[in-house]
Formats: sequence, structure tokens, C-alpha cells
Amino acid sequence: MRFSDAARPELGDPGARRRRRRAAAEARARRADAVGGFPAWEALREAGAAIRERTLRELGAHLETLEAAVEEEGGHVHWARDAAEARRIIGGLLPDDAPAALVRSDVTDEIGLDGAEPGPHSKAAVVGAGFLVAETGTLVVADRGDGLTFPGTLVVVAGIEDVVPDWTDLEVLLQLVSRAGAGVPMRPAIATLTGDFALVLLDNGRTTVLADPDGRAALRCVHCSACGDVCPVFQRTGPRPYGPGRAGPIGAVLTPQIRGVEAPLGASLPFASTLCGACADVCPVKIDIPAMLVHLRGRVVDARRGRPVPPPEMLLMRGLAWSMGDQRRYEHTLVRRARWGRLLARDGRIRRLPGLFGKWTDARDLPAPPRQSFRAWWRRRR
Amino acid sequence: MRIAVFVTCWGDALFPATGRAVVRLLEHLGHEVVFDPAQTCCGHMHWTAGYHPEATALARRLTEMFTGHELIVTPSASCAATVRTAYPRMDPALAGLPVYELSELLVDVLGVTDVGARYPHRVTYQPTCHSLRALGLGDRPLRLLRAVRDLELADLPEAGECCGFGGAFAMKNADTSVAMVADKIARIHETGAEVVCAADDSCLTHLGGALSRLRSGVRAVHLAEILASGLGPAEPARTPDDAGRTTGTAPRSDTPRRETRRSDAPRSDVLRSDAPGPDVPGPDKPRSDVPRSDAP
Repeated sequence: MRFSDAARPELGDPGARRRRRRAAAEARARRADAVGGFPAWEALREAGAAIRERTLRELGAHLETLEAAVEEEGGHVHWARDAAEARRIIGGLLPDDAPAALVRSDVTDEIGLDGAEPGPHSKAAVVGAGFLVAETGTLVVADRGDGLTFPGTLVVVAGIEDVVPDWTDLEVLLQLVSRAGAGVPMRPAIATLTGDFALVLLDNGRTTVLADPDGRAALRCVHCSACGDVCPVFQRTGPRPYGPGRAGPIGAVLTPQIRGVEAPLGASLPFASTLCGACADVCPVKIDIPAMLVHLRGRVVDARRGRPVPPPEMLLMRGLAWSMGDQRRYEHTLVRRARWGRLLARDGRIRRLPGLFGKWTDARDLPAPPRQSFRAWWRRRR
Repeated sequence: MRIAVFVTCWGDALFPATGRAVVRLLEHLGHEVVFDPAQTCCGHMHWTAGYHPEATALARRLTEMFTGHELIVTPSASCAATVRTAYPRMDPALAGLPVYELSELLVDVLGVTDVGARYPHRVTYQPTCHSLRALGLGDRPLRLLRAVRDLELADLPEAGECCGFGGAFAMKNADTSVAMVADKIARIHETGAEVVCAADDSCLTHLGGALSRLRSGVRAVHLAEILASGLGPAEPARTPDDAGRTTGTAPRSDTPRRETRRSDAPRSDVLRSDAPGPDVPGPDKPRSDVPRSDAP
């Protein structure tokens, strides 16, 4: 479903909108405190961005190191191509007789797992990883006061990009994710567990993302949620219109890359932003989400260029580009459109327009074009 | 100084009063303003809508056209940001065109904050996204506004949030866009301002269009128009050094010209544009062709 269609019912719930706005405002205030009084913040962001960029560039090597380290500790690594394969592998690893408990993460949401939090009686547990430290084969999960020791089978799920080369890098990333996401110097109760678990590493489109030099930086994401807390679109629509997968600005750049830009969701998500830039300003690993959205918009348009019948928008944009490409054509268009605009106007404003522009005049007026453009005034003045 | 004006296609076609204000303001400060009619569009719209080859062609055209000019001013933060940040991404050879947004030119290059304007209205300033984040204009527009005589500046709550325009976003995601502008207008009303001001006619089209539809009474006015209000006629050219110390001249008349206009009356802004004397767009004078919101 297109983002705009899915957003409509969400916008019609003022209570939910108010709650989201209040929660986001509180999160922004916490972050402002955690970041504003921390002079090394910009340097830390630079370091974090560099760590994530280097990790992604050498991802294959780090994953091999991780696999060797986990197996040395008695664990085992499984590779899942997509969500269905991940679910199948996890199903095979868990005992049949008891429901598994779940420590959720963005990846467990991505593959559609649900379950209760682990308790004293759970027989098995599935844990979504925060990070995985390659050099020692260590699972890292924030906010786990109860630790990561569970009775029975333990299955860990992570995206292939959740790997961190070593503990020095981890220290930088944990500071970033804590200050940017939770608004605290360090998230409480960082739990770690080394080896002795079954690890399912999920691709699910990530290698495709890595292959696009203009889109791969989206995988730097450390899941802090700061971009959602500053996004004016996300605060009004909530997570649902972003479809399965990540919500908010980061979802708008990841989902189209993972699922392609042809289907309605993937083709509409890059346009689900005003390019206001607030997300890029807060991202702790400096993902330039607006630039990436513009890049993906180009991919959406390029995918439509080959159509035998061009969509109306494409005809309009090409026509405009043609007019703007030459002074005489431009001036001709200027005069003609102004004339049409004035014909459609009443009392100096246009209240209703047909076609594509009807979406504008549904809720906003347009000024009637003036009789004299700037250039006409300039010519007369000289 | 010799300053080339890039008036933008949007301003040229829909908001000529903004361009006229830029010319009047810079000439008042003693500079020579040139306008090359070969200019069309910077390509911003095509770039952000995903039509990248088309945008790049327009960027090449504009770059060639302005090559050789040492100082280019545009009354649009979006267009200035496109030239500065998007052009190098389209083609590294397109980097470096000396385009300044109006408040950057005034404060950084010409060293002026008091331009001598007078604008007797309560005004709130909306820092548009490209002003705030892409160009980092900071408080430059506010410093300029604070120096305007009789202008009462009201702080806009949650000013840094987008108004919901976003070019094609306003149509492709019309419902979300309208939800955003509705919240923005609620904040504007809280300030009690008669005028909302910004450095971008595109965002002002959105804010002004929604305010007009709601018959809010609050009007959207470009920063340039406020800064050119109440200025006397153009003064003889001064040296650039003098311009840097300009404190402005007092407006010729303390009473801004009031006029009521019916839509079928001759376009008074056209007739007036060459006439010397104060030109104070405000709640009493419709901005460009947006009528008064309380018009019948």
C-alpha cells in the first residue's frame, strides 16, 4: 500500500497523534540534555560514522571473524537469506514442546517474531541482538537488567550489519546510541554473553543495500530511534504507514532499498518526507537521510521512465524541464500559465485546480499569478 | 558592489514583489543590481522530485549563465541550498557558484544588519528548513528583523519544525502535509502576530495558502519585503566600504501608504513599483496577489 493511503487513517486519530508528539518532545528534550552538555559529541559522531563505514566496507571479513569466534566458544552460526528462511531456521532450533520467550529487537520485528518476555519457566529464548562483537563472538543487548542467561536453548538473531569489529569500537557506538537514543550518558544494564548460543545472521536484502554506493550508508544505523523523534512526518503518521520493517526516516530509506522501488510501498516511501533535514542533524552516525531519499526518488523515477505510457507527473516534469531549458520557451510558458491562473482565480486566489494540483487546492489556496512578472517589471523599469 | 540577482522561477512568476524588494533594498544600500533575463530555474524542483538528468541540465544552464559574476543573491534559501549542496552532487564541476541567500549577503558580505526599514507590525519568523539546516542561516534573519523600526518580533514556538511544504510532498502526501501546516498555523496564532515572515517564497506559498484558505487574517510576507519597507528612494551609489557601515535612513513618511484594493481594480503594485516612497506590505496591503484574508 502507498504511504499516503496508509497514513490517512493514522492522521485521523488525534489522541494517538498527541501522545506521539508528547513522547517525541520528551525524547528530544532528554537528548538535548545528553548531547548539549557533552563537548565531545561531534567528535564522537565522526568516530562512530567512521567505525560503521569501515565495518560495512570490510563486512565479509568481520562476519568470518565473528563466525569463527562464536564456534570456538561452542556456539553455531546459521545464515538466513530472508525472513522466511530465518523463521524456518529458528523453528528448527527451538524445542517443539514449549513456546519460546522473546527479547525483541528491530530484527525480530523484521522477521515477524512475537512472544512473551523470558520468565523463570521459559524453556527456550530468542534474543534480538543489539550488537555482536566479532573479535570475541559476544552478544550485546542494552537494558537487560536480568542478563542473558536463560534456561534451555538460546537463539540469537541479528542483521549482518549488526557486527562490531572489537570492544573499542563497541565503546564508541554504545555511547552514541545511549546519548542519541535514550538521552543518557550510558544505557543502563548493558548485558553481554559470549559464545554458546545459536546465532542466526539475516541478510534479507542487506547485501543489495550494500551494493548501492549511494544507499549503503543506511546500514550504519545503530537503532537509536533519534530520527523518528525529530521527524515531523513520523510523529503525525506513526509507524504503520511505513509497512513491515523499520519505521520513520530510516525505514523510508531502508525499505525501498530492501524491497525495491517498483511496488507501491517502496515507490512511495522515498517521497514520505519534506526533506526537512532534522533526521540528518541528529543521527549519531551521520547518515545523510535526506540526500539518500533524493537518490532513491531518482531510482523511483528512473524505473518509470521506460513505461510505454508516461504517467501524468512525468509528462508535466519533462515539459517543465523543456520550458525552463530556454529563455524564450520559459517566458512563453510564464505568460501563458499566468493567463490561465488568472482565469481560474476568484478575488485574487485560486481555490480549486484540476488534476495533480487538486491535491494542493483541497486544503490550500494559491495566489493568482500577477499581471506583471518580475522580469516584465525589470524590462519596463530599465 | 555589483550584485546579480537570481530571482528564482517561482518568485519571477508568482511573487515579483519579493524580487522588487531585493532590488529596492540593495539599491538603497548603494549597490548596483543586475538581472540577466536568461535565468530560469535552478533545478531544485526536478532534483528533489527525482528527475535528476533534467535537474542537472538546468543546473548546468544556470551555472554557465552566472559564471563570471562575483556576487549573486537569491531571496530563496531553498534555491541557494540547491546551488550550494545539490550542484556538487550532480556534477563536481558545478561547485562553487557564489550564490548567497539574501540575509547571508546582507550580514556576512555587506556587513549590514540595520537596513533602515520601518515596518509597524507584529511579526513572527518561521526559519524554513533550508534556512535553518541546509544553509545554517542561524539568527541572521532575526538580527535583520530586530533592527527594523517599529517591528514587534514575536517568538514562534517550535519554530524549527517544518511547515509541511516539501515541494511535491504537499501533493503526494497532501494529508500529512496539511496536518503539519495545521499545527504550524496553531503555533503562529499563539504568537498573536499579524505577519509570518520567512526567507523562502515556496514555504510562504504553503503557509500563506493555508492561512488564506482558513481566512486566518495572518499574512505570509517575505523577509525581503519587510526589509525594503519604508525605505526612501534609491540613494546615490556609495563605495562598498561605506555600505558596510550603513545604518540606514529614516523612512520618508511615518505613515505607511494604506490602500484598499478590489480584485477588479488595476494592479496597484504594478503601478506603484516604479514610484518612489514607502512601500509597506503588511496586513493592510496584500502580499503580491494573495488577497486580504478578510476579503469578501
